Amino acid sequence: MAKIIVDDVELDVPPEYTLLQACEAAGAEIPRFCFHERLSIAGNCRMCLVEVKGGPPKPTASCAQNVRDLRPGPNGEPPVILTKSPMVKKAREGVMEFLLINHPLDCPICDQGGECDLQDQAMAYGVDTSRYAENKRAVEDKYIGPLIKTSMTRCIQCTRCVRFTTEVAGVAELGAIGRGEDMEITTYLEAALSSELQGNVADLCPVGALTQRPYAYHARPWELVKTESVDVMDAVGSNIRIDTRGREVMRVLPRLNEDVNEEWISDKTRYIWDGLKTQRLDRPYVRVGGKLKAASWPEAFAAIAAKVKGVPGNRIGGLIGDLASVEESFALKSLLASLGSANIDARQDGAKLDPALGRASYLFNASIAGIEQADALLIVGANPRLEASVLNARIRKRWLQGNFPIGLIGPHVDLTYPYDYLGAGTDTLLDLVGSGTFAETLKGAQRPMILVGQGALARPDGAAVLALAARLAVAVGAVKDGWNGFSVLHTAASRVGALDIGAVPGEGGLDAVAMTNPGGVDVLFSLGADEIDIAPGAFVVYLGTHGDRGAHRADVILPGAAYTEKSGTYVNTEGRAQLANRAAFPPGEAREDWAVLRALSDVIGHKLPFDTLGELRAALYKAYPHLARIDHVEPADPAAVIALAGTAGTPASGPFVSAVTDFYLTNPIARASAVMAECSALAHSRLAAAAE
Amino acid sequence: MSVRRLAPKEVQPESFAFTAENLDWAEKTIAKYPAGRQASAVIPLLMRAQEQAGGWVSEPAMRYVGDMLGMAPIRVYEVATFYTQFQLNPVGAKAHIQVCGTTPCMLRGAGDLIKVCQRRIHEEPFHVSENGALSWEEVECAGTCVNAPMVQVWKDVYEDLTPEDLEKILDAFERGEHPAPGPQNGRVTSAPVTGLRVLTSPELFDGSMVGQGAGLALAREAIAARANGDAAPSAPPPAAAAAAPPAPPKSDPAPAAPPPAKAVEAAGNADSEKPKKPVAPPPGGKAD
Repeated sequence: MAKIIVDDVELDVPPEYTLLQACEAAGAEIPRFCFHERLSIAGNCRMCLVEVKGGPPKPTASCAQNVRDLRPGPNGEPPVILTKSPMVKKAREGVMEFLLINHPLDCPICDQGGECDLQDQAMAYGVDTSRYAENKRAVEDKYIGPLIKTSMTRCIQCTRCVRFTTEVAGVAELGAIGRGEDMEITTYLEAALSSELQGNVADLCPVGALTQRPYAYHARPWELVKTESVDVMDAVGSNIRIDTRGREVMRVLPRLNEDVNEEWISDKTRYIWDGLKTQRLDRPYVRVGGKLKAASWPEAFAAIAAKVKGVPGNRIGGLIGDLASVEESFALKSLLASLGSANIDARQDGAKLDPALGRASYLFNASIAGIEQADALLIVGANPRLEASVLNARIRKRWLQGNFPIGLIGPHVDLTYPYDYLGAGTDTLLDLVGSGTFAETLKGAQRPMILVGQGALARPDGAAVLALAARLAVAVGAVKDGWNGFSVLHTAASRVGALDIGAVPGEGGLDAVAMTNPGGVDVLFSLGADEIDIAPGAFVVYLGTHGDRGAHRADVILPGAAYTEKSGTYVNTEGRAQLANRAAFPPGEAREDWAVLRALSDVIGHKLPFDTLGELRAALYKAYPHLARIDHVEPADPAAVIALAGTAGTPASGPFVSAVTDFYLTNPIARASAVMAECSALAHSRLAAAAE
Repeated sequence: MSVRRLAPKEVQPESFAFTAENLDWAEKTIAKYPAGRQASAVIPLLMRAQEQAGGWVSEPAMRYVGDMLGMAPIRVYEVATFYTQFQLNPVGAKAHIQVCGTTPCMLRGAGDLIKVCQRRIHEEPFHVSENGALSWEEVECAGTCVNAPMVQVWKDVYEDLTPEDLEKILDAFERGEHPAPGPQNGRVTSAPVTGLRVLTSPELFDGSMVGQGAGLALAREAIAARANGDAAPSAPPPAAAAAAPPAPPKSDPAPAAPPPAKAVEAAGNADSEKPKKPVAPPPGGKAD
């Protein structure tokens, strides 16, 4: 620890701290533009200048100097930093004046207005007038994709966006061309960015140079009501803030959670909101004479009750979609149980995960933050870049720290970091369990990690692949005291929660495939299950939000609430229960899903034992106490993995396919979004161009 | 400096590849850098690409160099737009004239050279002349301030220019010749245009003072004595040298150079007649 005095406050800080960190530790506020905690240090905006005694006799950029580089005073006094001295004030005013020389005065038409670092800091640290009477510099706007709108005259060349895309997102596409006054940020030949995390550059931009294109001129930050919630686009459970105006979701922003998403979110998470407004189911429908006709709630319920009556319990089934919260899954499970049915399944893709094997058999046991502790990684049948972009950024972050061998079995794809490509499918995995150089690498590691994707499990022999992966994990020492590196990466937000409450076929029950096969069940309740084809024959009750595949197949449509319109628990891939909050209301006659199920249960004569969400949660928490511990990862017993490793079974030979092929169109909300459609088309054309 | 952009699509070549000879050179250059640091070779490689492609770096060339070094194209683009040594647009087929416009050259008449370029080549810099042979630009200091004003063409510098000299050089380039580089007023490198006035004593370089022990003080004494016309030598060897008439400077001013002005010569002599500056004592001569 090094002693340092910041504005008369003496404190001990680690010597590797920068002066800026030391000042913050002392409670002094240092303005900055280019510095960002999660990016490399550039030191080019000069806004963080402080006065240092024991350093150079000039204002010092505090972001770029270490505490250990300061000299003590002549009698051994600790170095002194002044953040409020006249020199610092003058330096800040000078820097601000230079920054504003070429910055346009277009705040009234700038989307960053109201949440602009430059605006705020000019108010706090600048002077009230300009001495600059010359012409300002103008810069041509650049096209960098459909998500980020550029207004390059506003750019102050902090290069945060360049550093983010290069370091965190792992695509070296943005760059600063030219020099001096003519420096400009652009992509090579103004091609669109290809990263799934590019929306974050708009958050990072301290001015209005990079803003969100879909949100352009839509709202002002002070008009918006902010609701803290959780994302459901993938199973990472990124923490988000939903900004609404009136009933409308205007945008989605990331929320800081070091253990989950740090402060990044994927583009699908961020730009999905236009999909919440289109293709919505806003009233019940009943299929009459082969056509869906709008109906009232009682009519729809009556149609269902008429159908359910007389059907034996084992001919009724339930499917839980990828976006369902734990509460409604629990309600559906309770309803089916009361109807005497054990046919329920949350695994639309047919992944062979079974809660009976123990919770550790389907969780991302290493935890997302734990990726940074791992020292070797094997990816089996997953493309984390598309399946969990933010998690992939965490893997890349770990890889950047060095000494992190990564192996991949599955489709050969660009993950933004290099890896050893071991093979395509089960044969390679089998070899690896026996021996192999990468197996030795894993064995040699202190905390090896095996990441198993849904691509490896959603196949008929998925159970054998899972057991094989567990066997490998145990063999290489990935499961031991204090470390469980056996990690299943999910793609559906609802999946872990549904598995936690045992929403899989019970004794003699049918699974998703059996239920949707011809002659599977007579009545099928679908809780937003859009990723599965249901064979003709079954009477399908679809409770969902969008007029997507599931609704087209439905016989009765019950309009539900999207994730922004209800309060619900979601358990992410590592087993972290998180609460999504209601930011807006469902459109039209749509209602929250649990309430619909509760009302329906009354009509069909099996009234569910709860009248409010509170009562539902009380019942849920009583049955599954770990779900009550919000934002807490309940560690799973690693014995399950060891037991799983002991099970026999050899998977069939064949390559793994990724669970996500089109990142932008994985769920009904995304498929309703014009922005996502544009991104998807762009990604396809890029893929086609690369294939040539 | 102005905004530097890639040349328009129409003028970009289809592709770029090093010749076998340059490829060989490039591989050797890349090998100079430690493994994983190949990107450091981007500037030499771009420079070689520019030379091969007739004086400018095209977009395919940037991609080619980037592929060679494992760099994203944007990283090469950043380098190529940062350094003004890289021309991003086609330049004159026979010569690209870089006129230094920094203070010493400007004071010595660079403005007139620029006027010649504007008249002969194009009103604007970075534009190719009508016949496609020449182009020009104004550059910052090229480092031959003593010989100001100057222009640089490819790797050669043409110094001590007058507008007439430049015209002749441009003519020569247009004819496809390669005019002799260096000072155009006849002087050798950056030697004084008025002839040598220092380091004229041969003892300073003919080796006759070696081993005399008295060192510098003695040498100065001898020089002073000779300058004063004192024909009373004390130590024979230096005196012998001193007695010899001063040798003419080895690098005689070129015939084209004007004879040194009388006043300048007098001033030079006056300098040499005042040798009474304090002289450092020989090592060990000072008793402590």
